[in-house]
Amino acid sequence: MSRVKTAIDGNEAAAYVAHKINEVIAIYPITPSSNMGEWADQWSSEGKTNIWGTVPTVIEMQSEGGAAGALHGALQTGALGTTFTASQGLLLMIPNMFKIAGELTPAVIHVAARALAAHALSIFGDHQDVMACRSTGFAMLSSCSVQEVLDFALISQAASLESRVPFLHFFDGFRTSHEVNKIELLDPEDLAALLDEKLIKAHRERAMTPEKPVLRGTAQNPDVYFQCRETVNPYYLAAPTIVQNVMDRFAARVGRQYRLFDYVGAPDATRVLVLMGSGAETAQETVEYLNGQGEKVGVLKVRLFRPFSVEHFVKALPPTVEALAVLDRTKEPGAIGEPLYQDVVTALAEAPAGSPRPRVLGGRYGLSSKEFTPAMIKGVLDHLASARPKNHFTVGIVDDVTHTSLDYDPDFSTEDPATVRCIFYGLGADGTVGANKNSIKIIGEETDNYAQGYFVYDSKKSGAVTISHLRFGPKPIRSSYLISKANFVACHQFVFLEKLDVLGPAMPGATFLLNSPYPADEVWDHLPRKVQEEIIAKKLKFYVIDGYQVAREAQMGTRVNTIMQTCFFAISGILPREEAIAQIKKSIQKTYGKRGESVVKKNFAAVDAALSHLHEVKVPEAPTGKIEMRPPVPAAAPEFVRTVLGPIIAGKGDTLPVSLLPVDGTFPTGTTQWEKRNIALEVPVWDEQLCIQCGKCVLVCPHATIRAKVYAPEHLNGAPKTFKSAAARWKDFKDQKYSLQVAVEDCTGCALCVAACPAKSKTDTKHRAIDMMPQIPIREQERENWDFFLKIPETDRQLLSHSQVKDVQLLQPLFEFSGACAGCGETPYIKLVTQLFGDRTIIGNATGCSSIYGGNLPTTPYTFNAEGRGPAWSNSLFEDNAEFGLGMRLSLDQQAAHARTLLAKLIPQLGGELVGELIHADQTTEPGIMAQRERVKRLKQLLAGIDLPEARDLLSIADALVKKSVWIVGGDGWAYDIGYGGLDHVLSTGRNVNILVLDTEVYSNTGGQMSKATPRGAVAKFAAGGKPAAKKDLALMAMMYGNVYVAKVAMGSSDMHTVKAFLEAEAYDGPSLIIAYSHCIAHGYDMAYGLEQQKAAVNSGYWPLFRYNPTLTAQGKNPFVLDSRAPSLPLEKYLYNETRYTMLVHANPAQARKLLEEAKQDVISQWKFYEHLAAMPGAAAVAAVEKGEH
Amino acid sequence: MIDLSTTYLGLPLKNPLVASAGPLCKEIDQIRRMEDAGLSAVVLHSLFEEQITMEAQHLDFFLSHNAETYAESLSYFPDLASYALGPDQYLEHIRRAKESVSIPIMGSLNGTTLGGWVHYAELMQQAGADALELNLYALPTDPDATAFAVEHQLTELVSAIAERIQIPIAVKLGPYFSSIPNMARQLVSAGSKGLVLFNRFYQPDFDLETLEVTPNLALSNSSELLLRLHWVAILYGRVHADLAVTGGVHTAIDVLKSMMAGGKVAMTTSALLRRGTAYATQVLGDMQQWMEDHEYESVRQMQGSMSYRSVSDPSAFERGNYMKMLSSYSLRQSLY
Repeated sequence: MSRVKTAIDGNEAAAYVAHKINEVIAIYPITPSSNMGEWADQWSSEGKTNIWGTVPTVIEMQSEGGAAGALHGALQTGALGTTFTASQGLLLMIPNMFKIAGELTPAVIHVAARALAAHALSIFGDHQDVMACRSTGFAMLSSCSVQEVLDFALISQAASLESRVPFLHFFDGFRTSHEVNKIELLDPEDLAALLDEKLIKAHRERAMTPEKPVLRGTAQNPDVYFQCRETVNPYYLAAPTIVQNVMDRFAARVGRQYRLFDYVGAPDATRVLVLMGSGAETAQETVEYLNGQGEKVGVLKVRLFRPFSVEHFVKALPPTVEALAVLDRTKEPGAIGEPLYQDVVTALAEAPAGSPRPRVLGGRYGLSSKEFTPAMIKGVLDHLASARPKNHFTVGIVDDVTHTSLDYDPDFSTEDPATVRCIFYGLGADGTVGANKNSIKIIGEETDNYAQGYFVYDSKKSGAVTISHLRFGPKPIRSSYLISKANFVACHQFVFLEKLDVLGPAMPGATFLLNSPYPADEVWDHLPRKVQEEIIAKKLKFYVIDGYQVAREAQMGTRVNTIMQTCFFAISGILPREEAIAQIKKSIQKTYGKRGESVVKKNFAAVDAALSHLHEVKVPEAPTGKIEMRPPVPAAAPEFVRTVLGPIIAGKGDTLPVSLLPVDGTFPTGTTQWEKRNIALEVPVWDEQLCIQCGKCVLVCPHATIRAKVYAPEHLNGAPKTFKSAAARWKDFKDQKYSLQVAVEDCTGCALCVAACPAKSKTDTKHRAIDMMPQIPIREQERENWDFFLKIPETDRQLLSHSQVKDVQLLQPLFEFSGACAGCGETPYIKLVTQLFGDRTIIGNATGCSSIYGGNLPTTPYTFNAEGRGPAWSNSLFEDNAEFGLGMRLSLDQQAAHARTLLAKLIPQLGGELVGELIHADQTTEPGIMAQRERVKRLKQLLAGIDLPEARDLLSIADALVKKSVWIVGGDGWAYDIGYGGLDHVLSTGRNVNILVLDTEVYSNTGGQMSKATPRGAVAKFAAGGKPAAKKDLALMAMMYGNVYVAKVAMGSSDMHTVKAFLEAEAYDGPSLIIAYSHCIAHGYDMAYGLEQQKAAVNSGYWPLFRYNPTLTAQGKNPFVLDSRAPSLPLEKYLYNETRYTMLVHANPAQARKLLEEAKQDVISQWKFYEHLAAMPGAAAVAAVEKGEH
Repeated sequence: MIDLSTTYLGLPLKNPLVASAGPLCKEIDQIRRMEDAGLSAVVLHSLFEEQITMEAQHLDFFLSHNAETYAESLSYFPDLASYALGPDQYLEHIRRAKESVSIPIMGSLNGTTLGGWVHYAELMQQAGADALELNLYALPTDPDATAFAVEHQLTELVSAIAERIQIPIAVKLGPYFSSIPNMARQLVSAGSKGLVLFNRFYQPDFDLETLEVTPNLALSNSSELLLRLHWVAILYGRVHADLAVTGGVHTAIDVLKSMMAGGKVAMTTSALLRRGTAYATQVLGDMQQWMEDHEYESVRQMQGSMSYRSVSDPSAFERGNYMKMLSSYSLRQSLY
């Protein structure tokens, strides 16, 4: 039978099978598994059916715990069900996994295996998550490649139905889940053939039904629980054979034979590797290469890890084996060895007499998608042959602390010369990755070649670099590692040449394609010298194209994707030119056709124009360049930044040894300032004559790159020539100077500041006090100006009114230059917190965008002031953030209480006056807090001289006497969904925490999935048909407690109101909740209009501004104040500026109309309700009426 | 019995009152009400050249924006199976309108360049449109663009579309041409069977607080009719095309004047927006009453009866009349 061959990634492969053979699919987004749920949701929304002809129900839950619960319920009532997850999400499923397995329920959970959050979060792949599930009773089946993901998704389901043991089917996050590889698809008939109807019927017959009522989930006692637990043994004993039988049936039908333990290598091997997952593919490639060189080595690929079949394992080993290296992609601190190692050791110990008795070494590799290469594998095999090998080794890192790591020759390569290897450097915004994915599809599906694509992304969300690794050739591609020796290197952005070692991976004689604004006869002199040297030394064939010009002419903006793709095909010769162009156009039609004819046409135009702009460069014999590569951080940076963060910035983090890294995940703050990214093409330029010094641009700047100071004129001494200043326009700062300075090297060019600027020229209204200008011509001068500006002292906070936006601009932000998207709507709120309270703030941050731009290495945006004070920040998890923050509050309060107790005991030594002041200090205002800091300073000095246990105790916690501001920060996915239970509980405790919900109305960080904050009618992932239900009113729910301060703010509508709400929330001695409208790229419009949209949201009545202040209740007043006016803008005038709404108008106009009408009703009823709330008389007024005073 | 019937672009119409392109035509329910109220044909709202390309470009831009940039969020929107972009929805609207009413439905295309979008004229024909109104909203802002070039571009466009479709085309144009009669003749030569006089232009306003230019399109009033009457009267009988009056048609009197100037139909939107669709019934009733009172037998009888060709003193349409008006105005000023 001829089956379709296609190039897809692991997630799509798993989802394809899962969607075809299930009825209920409960999902929740988590990287890198989110795409599986997205595919399933999309297919169901398109009406695609499973093999039984019905459309599977796909439901998004509030957490993975919820998804597992829903899955459990669906299974119990007879459905075939599944879910997809990873990492912490899988951990949240563990309780239900015990239940599902305990009840012998057939089901499969597909896992894109990922690292766990320990000292740090990592989204990348390893087996820590699945290994945490070993005791649940789930069988564990491991796929090594995209083809196996497809095949094992079916095999696991068939085996689960037969064995009644539920399966956890896992594959490596990113390396397999996101690798695009050419595979052979399974037909629906294949799926049906493997799934025995009788077993499905049996599953349904076990289902709960009132027709045949039974009861499951009893509570048992010491008398029978144990015996019941043992009843399942026969099922687990039978499971391995069942899996093998299914694999055999699969092979008989499809032709691919799998075994529980697949041995590859010399039949008489003496050294054998044992491992699971994608690394086994590279291991196979390596041992085959080495055996070709005369070695006797092999690899045992573990497919079925649980139940572990000793019998099958032992039989799979070559009888000649003398040494085994068991490689685990996980870490269990404190264990004798990692799980696979331990199982192998136990298996060999229990193996029958006559079985091989090799020496066994255990090692760790590849945590968090750390590269695992043939060189490392050879290193391990060499180590197995050494006289005194060390056990419990690591490979792939340099461990200079406990010396676990193995040495290896990094130049060793097994790359097949017949396989073409290409690397493409692009920007996220230029479409490089998308074009390469298309290329893989073309090569994989339109030629006989095998093809593989893997894509490496940046840690930043703006100005991010992408590196695409493409292999293709006549043989299947097992290389599950990055290309380090490339035949073809393309650099799609000229500026990368001075930042990245672009040509490092280029092999001698390779081809180098550069997107260059300079023509072929001029480009040479614009190349950094190092690049010139490499081109000459490696004898590279060098081509240039001005892709920018072609893109501009074709109205493609900055998207050079199809242009560079055309050049790649033309140069690589993989297809004849005409055919290649025809295929590219076919692919464009397929990808963009539904987006409209004009989109297709402009892409076609770009393709047609590309080749005439492609030219080969005549390479001179000697380098002539004067341009040097830029160091990742300046020499003036602190040592840790230079030695640790610098290499990470330069893409050389893999070389850092263990000793240089912190043991407990603690990193210094204030380090983004050293990473000058220079990503903005245009930056704001200040017109000091026109500026009214209102401070709005400073307030809204998402990256804190616009700063203002008021200072004495003498500070201008020595100012650079182009440094600008103006007379300060403050009543209280007469004769002072004002400067607004832009950090042009840190700016992302979002232009929100321009949109916020109210000062227009009277002679030319398009000119404002802030205008965007090209960055490069002013970069040097503004760098000098910025450095000078930083030396000017900060304006004295005590002299400023913190409730006035004009004054707030002068408060130093302690959050700067984050990696957030250009124009981010969240970061201005965080920055505001740091301006108002930063020197006394502790932040608990939920996982999500704010934890990524807040804490993703290499550099951290939270920083400190001249006194060294600034926000202390930590991220625990996604689901527990409110509780995490509450814990901080409890701890601080407890320490303060203890400190006060100790103070009382030390009155004789410290004096009653100081103790009294310290204990009864009024810290409701900033001057009060500053005075307390002075007292604590004095206290510490005194305590240092007192030799008493109480004094020493107090000295360690004295800082707790100064008021701390606890901020609990996160997005709507956390606050409305996964963390809502905790958030609600924390609100109920009455403790003084400040909760800031950055409401983007979707799960932004994982790519725009629906949350309960998503508004009615908006399209989001998991709500492809437009969300049918209204947004949850979290504010109203919180208000119902009565003692919670609640505010709904939108900085773009009223910055004044926002500042006021933040001040009131922080001042309120109890729980506060601020829900902040945060525009987001997931809304689908130009972020430069973010503030305008916020205004529209408020004016349409969609986002009313209000404050609910329980302090007013205590004063006998109505605590609820409605701060915005009645709706004055038709709702559609707000909604239909955004793609999330308009795409529904295009996709399903009738549904869009219906949801719009309902959304309008929502606005009306919400407004009436709030108006009514605001009109309620306060308690004092009611009492007055009751007393008959009115 | 008074005969209100007329023909327009070869289409027999039960009366000369036609709904012009406007927001009411976006709703099928409203189109049904228009038929019920007696309107004899409907010109659908315009499909804009810019709309066709802009919607596609925007959708493409924002679906691609920041995609494939960050490992956790490789896209931000679900990739839906299909999008009804620009023409798709519009064509569906034509189909539904044709199914819902029996009066003629005319499509409307608004554009000025020879783009691929002219293909949509064919699609409108396929969707069932009885005629096509081509709205040539030319707004030249380039000082180097000559009047000849602008006119040539428009006639090229009309030719290109006329070659592609069999249903009749009417061209809706603005009053700002150096020689309206010549422009009219060129358009007719290019294939236009009708001329719709005149487009009402979007006239941007200024917000003095924000120093922003704000879009503004106010509803018309009867005083605007005079410009139309003037030019319809001049063109009547001189160009081989049906003339339609649009802009300022609010009352039965306005319709009657339009007919007498030489219009085959009078089109209205603002009046319906202001007073509701059912108002058309009143206009038609008033018109019939007036004709009874004045012993007219049919609309055909009066069409062109006060055109340049037919009035006793055609100088009233010419420069001399303008001079006379100015002097009489000055005279009145001096008297009061």
